[in-house]
Amino acid sequence: MTNNILVLLDVSADGSLAPSSHELLGAAESLGTPVALLVGYSEHRNALAQAAADAGATKVLLADGDDGAYVVPVVDALAAAFELTKPDAVLAAHSDLSKEAVARLAVRVGCAVNVDAVNVTRDSEGVVAHHSAYGGAYTVASSATFGAPVITVRQGSIEARAGKQPLASEALTVASSNRKSATISSVTIADAPTTSRPELRGAKKVVSGGRGLGSAEKFELVEELADALGAAVGASRAAVDAGFVPQSFQVGQTGVQVSPNLYIALGISGAIQHKAGMQTSQTIIAINKDETAPIFEIADYGIVGDVFIVVPQLIAALKR
Amino acid sequence: MNMSENSVSQEDFVEILGGLRQFIREKVMPLEREIAEGDAIPESLRSQAKDLGLFGYAIGQEWGGIGLDPVQEAELAIELGYTSLAFRSMFGTNNGIAGQVISGFGTDSQKETWLEGIASGDIVASFALTETGAGSNPSSMRTKAVTTKSGWSISGEKRYITNAPSADVFITFAKVTDDAGKSAVEVFIVPSNSPGVTVGPHDKKMGQAGAWTADVHFDEVAVTEDALVGGKSGVGYRAAMTSLAKGRITIAALAVGQAQRALDESLSYAAIAKQGDDIIGNFQLVQAMLADQQVGVSSGRSLVLDAARNYASGADTRIGPSVAKLYCTEMVGRVADLAVQIHGGAGYIRDYFVEQIYRDVRLLRLYEGTSEIQRLIIGSNLVKQELASN
Amino acid sequence: MKIVVLVKEVPDTWGERLLDLETGLADRVSSERVIDEIVERGLEFAISFAEQNDGTEVIALSMASEEATGTLRKALAMGADRGVLIVDEALHGADITLTAQVLAAALEHIGFDLIVSGDQSTDGAGGVVPSAVAELLDIPQLPRLATVDLNEKEVTGAHVTDRITLSLSAPLPAMMSVSERFAEPRFPNFKGIMAAKKKPFEVLGIAELGKDISVLDRPRSIMTEIAGKPPRESGVKVIADENSGRDLAEFLKKNQLI
Repeated sequence: MTNNILVLLDVSADGSLAPSSHELLGAAESLGTPVALLVGYSEHRNALAQAAADAGATKVLLADGDDGAYVVPVVDALAAAFELTKPDAVLAAHSDLSKEAVARLAVRVGCAVNVDAVNVTRDSEGVVAHHSAYGGAYTVASSATFGAPVITVRQGSIEARAGKQPLASEALTVASSNRKSATISSVTIADAPTTSRPELRGAKKVVSGGRGLGSAEKFELVEELADALGAAVGASRAAVDAGFVPQSFQVGQTGVQVSPNLYIALGISGAIQHKAGMQTSQTIIAINKDETAPIFEIADYGIVGDVFIVVPQLIAALKR
Repeated sequence: MNMSENSVSQEDFVEILGGLRQFIREKVMPLEREIAEGDAIPESLRSQAKDLGLFGYAIGQEWGGIGLDPVQEAELAIELGYTSLAFRSMFGTNNGIAGQVISGFGTDSQKETWLEGIASGDIVASFALTETGAGSNPSSMRTKAVTTKSGWSISGEKRYITNAPSADVFITFAKVTDDAGKSAVEVFIVPSNSPGVTVGPHDKKMGQAGAWTADVHFDEVAVTEDALVGGKSGVGYRAAMTSLAKGRITIAALAVGQAQRALDESLSYAAIAKQGDDIIGNFQLVQAMLADQQVGVSSGRSLVLDAARNYASGADTRIGPSVAKLYCTEMVGRVADLAVQIHGGAGYIRDYFVEQIYRDVRLLRLYEGTSEIQRLIIGSNLVKQELASN
Repeated sequence: MKIVVLVKEVPDTWGERLLDLETGLADRVSSERVIDEIVERGLEFAISFAEQNDGTEVIALSMASEEATGTLRKALAMGADRGVLIVDEALHGADITLTAQVLAAALEHIGFDLIVSGDQSTDGAGGVVPSAVAELLDIPQLPRLATVDLNEKEVTGAHVTDRITLSLSAPLPAMMSVSERFAEPRFPNFKGIMAAKKKPFEVLGIAELGKDISVLDRPRSIMTEIAGKPPRESGVKVIADENSGRDLAEFLKKNQLI
């Protein structure tokens, strides 16, 4: 046993270390020795390595990426890092690219995969992943029959943070697997949102609106409250279907699943579909005209009333 | 029952019905308010209904339809009755009298010209019978057809013609008087773009917003000889009378669907609405109203399916359909009234679907033969049967 | 062209979904099973491509229990040409890597030019099985496409995530998935429902895939514990008055939420 926990780090669109890194390194430290892997981003490499060390990586492995090939270079780097560190577990964010990369790693090197964990622990047999299944209705623990498990971690679900480490970085030599990959012919990065509003995925506070808002124009009330709280903006599927906001705002079983400290549901009835995406939130506030709305069944604080009256009151009180 | 190769097996039909039910709940019901407020079926919904096969479910598979038998058709109509009646009205005339007259009694060339388009929904067929002073009863009809060198010339005025504003073809009833002065009602296939055909503005109705009716004027409209349904005199009229009887079962089925919806809406309201600390569903007087609704729905459903079976077997093609239409359309009126009552003040507010049901179902007692006409048909045929058996 | 769509059956997300607390597996009896809705979008893509391109065969492939016949038939009713269902006792409770191995073997058995999968399923929310399959088959993968352009030789598309759009392309054979942004799936129409019964439908076991797949020779993920969470209890519920906003702000402050 090396006690190493190999952590694949994500990088945000602006070239900084993704917020998930802090959680992953925090989780890794509770399991063993966090060794981080960064693939690509050569122009930001030093800053990223430093940020990873600050977040608790005892060692940072730096691998060259290939901007023209999708996923496979990351998998090749992971395989090389796996070979080098012989880890007890591999952790990665349950983000689009990372989950694909580690799933590929798992079948390539022969590991068991556990995805979308909300916590990781270690017992005498090894590393255990804890999941919240079916939108939080069940908790499930799973582990590998043998060998190091590969685990993806739901963003925003882990509280633990690792202490700062001195920077120890090392270039990783990666042999190409020559496995076939899709070619990336162009990359377009949308402008960062003009507000300083946090991204929905992984946000600590979320304000969501439902069909009860009535129209796209009136949905601005949700945004106003979100900005007053420094929260991300979400929506129910009904609000998305009604065209109030784009689909990327959808919180729910088929949209983004969130588990913030604070979730405020405005004019959302609380269909099972929606609850499945937010019921692991720590504190849930609901404001709805319909006193029979199911959202009240899970709300810590419910107000039966018109959002267009209550929310402006709340915003005024917050600004005071 | 005649199970030809082109019939729909019960196994398939169960899935068709399940698919339709899902479609209605997921695609139509969310648009109910939009249909009512916009007084139109959204084009995207029309095209989905077309893709699904709803324009030709009662037309034979050889013409690209689905070819449901009368019992299956009745079950389908009960499902269709669960949502805005305007939705079903959009394809009701294609499957109903207009389509049935051509597929049952048209000449080969008439079938080839029209049926595929009608079954697919590319063509909207409308049924032009009713006139001022001559309801759904053809005997006092004033629209006339006179023979010309190349065919017929039709003149007259029709009222309340369903789907007239969107129709591509009118199955038109007109009176023909022969040289001896004897007149008979004949049925003609008149393309809506024929010179002399004009369609009035669509009527402002009490309910069923989204289903359009209008006056249709025929001003010396020239049609060729082969516009006469069946190619010879007398065929079309008999066809229409047969089709009208089947149409009555459909109306009865729609009534059952609406009644079921009124009951379901009432139940879900009674289960959440509170008076004091108790839900109103726990009040016995409300329970009595729910019970009466359920009795109406259950008996109506049995009656419709029984009438459809007897129609399909040929055992009863006259009395049964009228009995079903009379009972079910009166029943849904009562059930809708109870639904409004259970909702209290809310039932008078447009936010609640029962308010729409209350207005929409009123028409069911009027068209394709009023309740009074049904009673006359039932009574006169009973006596006729009795006399014949003596 | 041969397009294989990986059809995943899931409990209907609109109903209450249950896990069996003894086995930890989905309780198939108490939840209605449907095709995963994102897979339906994938099917829509494959079927509409086939409608516009003669000589395209769409095969719906699923690894599930015998009861999945019904959901796979729905894929046929939507317009897929034939169905292949992999059913094997040994696959009960299969994890991600085993599922990927079996699907990869089935895909080699069937043959393919393009594999279409959903983006992520609504129950496991994993979305990683297709990636593992692509790795095993050594084919390029183009996941989460919001738009797709497919021809006989190549597939290209826009891969859209929160803020980044990548233009991806790969020669066939390849694997792609569509995202929720992709076109709405069609409803199976009445004719499709009737035609589905007459379409070829194969049920195969692992042995028939011509690959030696063992459950035990590789590490697998196993469930060691499962518990139903006590349902979340509701807290205070108040009727709005002119102080509601202020009271709520105080509640948030008191609980250190702002």
